[in-house]
Amino acid sequence: MNFVNRDIVSIKDFSKQDLETIFSIATQFSKNGYDQALLKGRRVGLLFYEPSTRTRMSFDTAAQALGADTVWFAGTEGTSVMKGETLKDTIETVANYVDLIVLRHPFDGSARWAAEITTMRTRRGMPKVPIISGGDGKNEHPTQTMLDLYSMLMTQGRLESLNVALIGDLKYGRTVHSLSYALSMYGTKLSFVAPDMLQIPPHITSFLDRRGIRHSEYSRIEDAVAEADVVYMTRIQKERFPDENEYNKVKGLYRISKSTLSIAKPTMRLMHPLPRVDEISLDADDDPRAYYFQQAGNGVPIRAALLALVMGVCK
Amino acid sequence: MTGLIDSASKKKLIVSPIENGTVVDHLPPGTAVKIAQMLGIMGDSVVIIGQNLKSTKFGRKDLIKVEGKFLGEPELNKIALLAPNATVNIVRDSVITDKRQVAVPDCVEKVALCANTNCITNKENVPTRFLIASKSPLVMVCSYCGYETKGEELKLKD
Ligand SMILES: [Zn+2]
Repeated sequence: MNFVNRDIVSIKDFSKQDLETIFSIATQFSKNGYDQALLKGRRVGLLFYEPSTRTRMSFDTAAQALGADTVWFAGTEGTSVMKGETLKDTIETVANYVDLIVLRHPFDGSARWAAEITTMRTRRGMPKVPIISGGDGKNEHPTQTMLDLYSMLMTQGRLESLNVALIGDLKYGRTVHSLSYALSMYGTKLSFVAPDMLQIPPHITSFLDRRGIRHSEYSRIEDAVAEADVVYMTRIQKERFPDENEYNKVKGLYRISKSTLSIAKPTMRLMHPLPRVDEISLDADDDPRAYYFQQAGNGVPIRAALLALVMGVCK
Repeated sequence: MTGLIDSASKKKLIVSPIENGTVVDHLPPGTAVKIAQMLGIMGDSVVIIGQNLKSTKFGRKDLIKVEGKFLGEPELNKIALLAPNATVNIVRDSVITDKRQVAVPDCVEKVALCANTNCITNKENVPTRFLIASKSPLVMVCSYCGYETKGEELKLKD
């Protein structure tokens, strides 16, 4: 599908072929470096209603690496948003200043709405300003899913038929849901490891069943790690539990340390969307299988590839 | 063809008949006012609302009669969201000239609310849009946040 002026709002809008295009450009950038001339004279607006340091910095880095200028706010303190300006009015206004908007917003569905607003502008004869979502509430964070897939491709050499273990808060974790949807295109075998009350929700497993994806549920990390090509760790939040006792009972069980890694394959890679709290202990950082910081680094080539594709300077 | 008055007059007629207009029957008890509001017929027309009437089929039912308005396909589809078993009779010169069944549409715009409280459509003035994933039981997927609103949690815009 043509990428020019395309909104990046949901991972479900992307085919395998689309993702392949993104990954191949990201790989070129990683290998050959970035060309500052590509987006020279272009301006990217970074509208971050929530601070989200990593996402903003990697978009900013990606845009500047390709020579674009960035204008941004992070957090709504001191902005017109605090005076009650609607998302529509902010988007309508900023769309006059920039060629592309990256939006991080606390409400679910805000990215799709923003994309519709800049599409409606074209009916008034104004240029389309594409929207790239940097996360909309609890809904989706499509560029995170893309960099997760890219990290798996980079470390395993393929995406087809991997064995991926997803661990932690699988019920509420949006990264896990988006990743499960995306991996279902590649015939991945999925292992879901979580305490009962945070297991993967039925609407995801029934989707996987319809796609013929093999999946199993476990309550112990040890049951899934030995076979896995990728272990994807997420944080279990205290707020999800009715009381502190319940939380304390499970938190120790869903933690990975150097000794947990000893049962894993040497080619396994441990990933995490970050920030980590204590679900991966510090002693695991030096293990060659720990990949989470490089994973976060992959956010730059992926986001640069998206900027270049959407602004029509790469094909 | 059976006239409305003929069939109704055999029983005790609680709700007065209409001459020209639409009768929406077999609504679940307690939904008539909501449906009438959703259809936007409360403003200018003569509207007769019957609540908790006896029904041979469903025990209790609600009913709406609207004089001078002939409801079409889009309105009937909206009714189906709240009352999948509703029947609609078009009355002309006190005779039922057309009987229709309601049907859940494939796409629902503006009238329904997303059950996800954190959805942008519940936070700012954004018209809602849903794709229908399942008609029975009703499951509507929000085009914005992806949340699946089920029939039992469906609320309509005021
Ligand atoms: Zn919604």
